[in-house]
Amino acid sequence: MNSVANKLLSPILLIAGAAMVIISLIMDFAGSGSSLRGPMLVIGILVFFAGLYLFPTQKHHRKIVYVIFLFPLLFTFAVTVIIPLVLGICYSFTDWTGIRFNSVVGLTNYMTMFKDPAFIWSILITFIFVVLNMVLINLVGFLLALLCTSGIKGGGFFRASYFLPNLIGGIVLGYIWQFVFNNVIIDMTDNISWLARSKTALFAIVVVYIWQYAGYIMLIYITGLTQIPGDVLEAAKIDGANPAQTLFKVKIPMIASTITICTFLTLTSAFKQFDVNMALTNGAGSVANFMGNYLSNGTQMLALNIYNTAISKNNYALGQAKAVFFFIILAVVSLIQVRVSNKKEVEL
Amino acid sequence: MGEGRQVGKGTRVRALICTLIGIVIAAYVLFPFYLVLLNAFKNQASIVANPISFVGTSFAQLRTNLSSVVNNTNFSFWYAFGTSAVITIISLVLLAVLGAMAAWVISRNNRKKWSVVIYMIFIASMIIPFQVVMLPLISTFRDVGKFVGINMLQSVPGIVFAYCGFGGAMTVFILAGFIKGVPYDLEEAAAIDGCSPEGTFFRIILPLLKPVITTVTILNGMWIWNDYLLPSLMLGQNGKVKTLPVAVQAFVGSYVKQWDLILTAALLAILPMIIIFLIAQKQIMNGMIEGAVKG
Repeated sequence: MNSVANKLLSPILLIAGAAMVIISLIMDFAGSGSSLRGPMLVIGILVFFAGLYLFPTQKHHRKIVYVIFLFPLLFTFAVTVIIPLVLGICYSFTDWTGIRFNSVVGLTNYMTMFKDPAFIWSILITFIFVVLNMVLINLVGFLLALLCTSGIKGGGFFRASYFLPNLIGGIVLGYIWQFVFNNVIIDMTDNISWLARSKTALFAIVVVYIWQYAGYIMLIYITGLTQIPGDVLEAAKIDGANPAQTLFKVKIPMIASTITICTFLTLTSAFKQFDVNMALTNGAGSVANFMGNYLSNGTQMLALNIYNTAISKNNYALGQAKAVFFFIILAVVSLIQVRVSNKKEVEL
Repeated sequence: MGEGRQVGKGTRVRALICTLIGIVIAAYVLFPFYLVLLNAFKNQASIVANPISFVGTSFAQLRTNLSSVVNNTNFSFWYAFGTSAVITIISLVLLAVLGAMAAWVISRNNRKKWSVVIYMIFIASMIIPFQVVMLPLISTFRDVGKFVGINMLQSVPGIVFAYCGFGGAMTVFILAGFIKGVPYDLEEAAAIDGCSPEGTFFRIILPLLKPVITTVTILNGMWIWNDYLLPSLMLGQNGKVKTLPVAVQAFVGSYVKQWDLILTAALLAILPMIIIFLIAQKQIMNGMIEGAVKG
């Protein structure tokens, strides 16, 4: 390193960068409309870091590099996750309109949302959906994995084709399945599409979701199953265990950690399900009587309910309160799941 | 001998049954894809008349469908495809490089308190659902953007910035787990030879991370390419800039029940992903597995 040049260049860059940042911030505060102030801020920050990097020091160079390496990701992370999370929790106690808030309203939003039968309904069907999915996807995924590892010919082809739906985004495949339900298998369902009635529509969402997700879970189970040492299976065979015994007494206990992973994945992803729900039914569906009310959101799950409350009905504060509640449930449920599975894993 | 042959026959019959079951399931799984492909060759009337049969299919019709979808101003396929590709590629490169840099610093200082705290915050943040941050995120981006004079909402850099923030936690988590296993001696040797810390990272550590960077790139890529909610909120449903999923949603919204157009649009939307899958099948499946097992 040419330290004489650095001694000169580094302070110049540091001062120039800091000056650009300060000038652009002054322009911001002064309300200047100059379009230069944005780029100037970014360039200023970059120049400042360049100066910092060239700072002529042997002792602290490593520390400076650490700071420069950590800063970009931490900065984006703080701006996109941490700050909105903190703000979001605060906003849920106000009458926020998405742009500003006028007063703090305490728990009013939370009270309103629990008095709304449509929201209670969403919670209810989300839980049903999550439980159904967790059980069925794991079951289907595991059976598919057994099938693919049973030594059939063309295992690679089957594996790839079962996994294929997982590549497609929920919006597009939601529309594809809308076509399937409304135009193709409608003949088999007495000319009433599954999507036309709340109960069958919920079932349709479950079917589509299994179709999308089971292939992925299958892949993880296949990995688990192929990691079981061959001599263990050999020993079971010699001891005269039949296939069912081998499955329940040897294979399943040996892939306990895989089961934990898969339950966790299916649980959290089913909980957050949004795209398929939106594209397939958009939450529509009538419920004749729930808690003494008629509901028109028969298939609207929590994530979609939050979205519609805020975006379609323009009630940001209420939507945000629901989202905070959603976050709490998700955190609690996942923690319980991890606890329970860890215990089970030890027992097996 | 006789018994041996019988067992062999039994296993063969079982293998045959398994294969048959496998084929039936594969047919069920691939059926919707078949329908999309088939009906992209038909006009609306023959799709509605019989969506399963080959009657009414022709290449001329496919060309008509394709040109009416591609030239549709509500969809603007090439533009949306290009935007999606640019956003995905830039986000993936930035996440890989910035993620590796951050993960290296975190795992090489894992005895220091600040490093442990940052790592823990990253891990804890992975459980945060997008719904709880999406509304304040939009308002923060709007306000900060207006304040400093950089358009963060209807812009590609804004979205890339958001993806770096959201993908950061998982990327760092997986990469840091791998870096812990890279022997420290390598770096010490380089330092003795007079290599600077940043030189050590870019010349020695980064090349070693290739397999695990592939994994995080696949995981992030699948998610970013298919993501609908974030771009739809940031760019708006009918904004100037749009990604492929947002364009499909807007297109279907304006052509309800026009299945010839919708299914052709769906075909165009899923085709890039399927082509990539056919090319890099093994890497994608392994990447997905590793991401799940390590995450």
